[in-house]
Amino acid sequence: MRNGSLARLQRRPEAWLLAVIIVAGALLSAAAPGFLTLANLVDLLETYSVQSIMAMGLFVVLVSGGIDISFAATASVAQYVAVILATQAGMPGIVAIGAGLLIGIVLGCLNAALIHFVRITSIIATIAMMSVTFSLLMYFSGGRSLYNLPDWWTDRIVFWQTENADGDLTRITLPIVMMFAAALLTWLFMTRTKIGRQLYAMGGNPEAARRVGVNIGLLHFVAYGFLGFMAAVGGLLQAHRVGESVPNAMYNTELSVLSAAVLGGASLTGGIGTVPGVLLGIVLLAMLQNGLNLLGVSSYFFQIVIGLTILISTSITVMSARQRRRHRNPSQPPGSADTSREASKTPLAPRQETARG
Amino acid sequence: MAESASPADAGLNALMTRLRSGAPGGSPGLLALLVVLVAGFSVSIPGFASGATLQSFMLQLPLLGLLSLAMVVPLITGGLNLAIIATTNQCAMLMVFVMRTLLTPEAGNATLLGVILLALLAGLLLCVAIGLVTGALIAYTGVHPILVTLGTKSLIDGISIYLTRGQAQSGIPDIFARAGTALVLGIPVSFLVLAGAAYLLGLVLRKTPFGISCAMIGSNIEATRFSAIDTRRVLVGVYTLSSVMCFVAALVSLALFNSASADYGQSYLLVTILAAVLGGVDPFGGFGKVSGLMIALAILQVISSGFNQLGLSPYLTAAIWGLVLIAVMAVQTIRPYLSFGRRR
Repeated sequence: MRNGSLARLQRRPEAWLLAVIIVAGALLSAAAPGFLTLANLVDLLETYSVQSIMAMGLFVVLVSGGIDISFAATASVAQYVAVILATQAGMPGIVAIGAGLLIGIVLGCLNAALIHFVRITSIIATIAMMSVTFSLLMYFSGGRSLYNLPDWWTDRIVFWQTENADGDLTRITLPIVMMFAAALLTWLFMTRTKIGRQLYAMGGNPEAARRVGVNIGLLHFVAYGFLGFMAAVGGLLQAHRVGESVPNAMYNTELSVLSAAVLGGASLTGGIGTVPGVLLGIVLLAMLQNGLNLLGVSSYFFQIVIGLTILISTSITVMSARQRRRHRNPSQPPGSADTSREASKTPLAPRQETARG
Repeated sequence: MAESASPADAGLNALMTRLRSGAPGGSPGLLALLVVLVAGFSVSIPGFASGATLQSFMLQLPLLGLLSLAMVVPLITGGLNLAIIATTNQCAMLMVFVMRTLLTPEAGNATLLGVILLALLAGLLLCVAIGLVTGALIAYTGVHPILVTLGTKSLIDGISIYLTRGQAQSGIPDIFARAGTALVLGIPVSFLVLAGAAYLLGLVLRKTPFGISCAMIGSNIEATRFSAIDTRRVLVGVYTLSSVMCFVAALVSLALFNSASADYGQSYLLVTILAAVLGGVDPFGGFGKVSGLMIALAILQVISSGFNQLGLSPYLTAAIWGLVLIAVMAVQTIRPYLSFGRRR
């Protein structure tokens, strides 16, 4: 094993991902002339902006060693309530948006409370919460969409635009700017703040983190609350993009966002992952979908490609990691997402209280 | 529950002890919840406690039940199989395809029987193949089961949708529909299939070396490896068994819908996990019984039937399911503190 920056780079899943993206991009631009144009790339960014914002939130939860399936439901609820406040209660924009974001944070904190105080595994707690929140949304909304959004919500906000020779407009719009803002915020939060570093520590080894004085309870609330906030931002932006609020529009996007985050090297066992990696994961999925479309491949084929991409990339990542380091446990235990969180595994024995104060 | 002719109170005491310790699945709380629910609905809804309700109950439960059985096996080993719905649908489609292409309207009974057997064989082989591949990926690459099965789910669904262009596939001999709704002693055949599958799976998990290995892997995979058990082979077996359960579920779904499509039952995926956890299967693996799962399924179905007869929205039912799960988990967490006080 060479010790140099190049060798270090080779060990990063992000580097592999970038290589794959460059190769795929080169192939696609050679095969489909419309692929590598500014208009197409900007269009791609906008299409995937909402999913990227949610993936940023999910990434934080994954790093902390948990998993959350409920964020798409959270986004839908936040969006719908905000739209109702804006249209039927005639609230000013700031109130409607604030309420939407608050709902996101509260639902995220509810997840954290179930996980931390009631000791339900994160995957189970969030599936249950998803079932509750999404079903209640469908029940109260009756599945009806809202179309009469106020103008301040649906008007395109353009930060920069350019016109090429054919007169095609290319616009950098609000969703794209928000996506980069969310990525930057998450990156700063995870790499430059104490809490962010503690989240990595907690995901890597919760027991060790607890013993060096990391406040695990607080971190749960921070991670899931942050995801709830990001989900709400995504939900509000989704309504801004499409100009309507459909209660089940974002239903079933959980797994594709999860795939993107995981492709980008965020580990489900916690403690590993970077913001650029997650973004690259989304870029790869977006490129594949867009490129296949331009090549005239049936859109039915796309899901097959996603499935293969997930299987191949995760296998390569894990196997190369295993060859690299002779772990004490050569195979990652196929346990659930946060096996080590629980002090005791017997359901009937009283679980040890985490030390408080 | 045949109490011999002993004095009444002694008999009652014996019964109570047996209920406390030996309730199926060791979950007297769940049983009590089920009884309370049935009693409550019977009192509040006229006509709830009737044969008709029981019939519909037995017709609706099998598909969800079999899918939950497919989910339980990996759950006990601390894994997860997100591809069960995709596997079930693809298997059902393959069987429809075989029957549709090989059957002519003027085919005799012998041909019919032969083709149906061939279709079943094809479906079973497909499920075994999917299970083997999934299991091998999980066991030999060490990738998290959630990821592997997320990938296989996407792949299988993708192939199904690509080949059928998203259309539902129909045109199977009506013997299927007839067999699905036929009654044996007043019990729908599909329910008997569920009962048989649950009984067999329970036996496998409790009495065979394979089943014990599964629980051991769920408890501690490293320790299991060091006790000279080939954990990789067991894991391959686990996901194969899970897929074979999907084959049975595919049969029931064919009888139920009389067709096959890539998007049937997609909403069941997370419900199966809820049902298993509600039935006392530890999501960290190592603990869980099929009997507990069956009681949990009965609870979910009773809630669903009762709400349905009250005229409430199915969405409300799904919300209540989630709340029931959270409540049961909360009680499980709090219970030790209630009975023993704080332990240091």
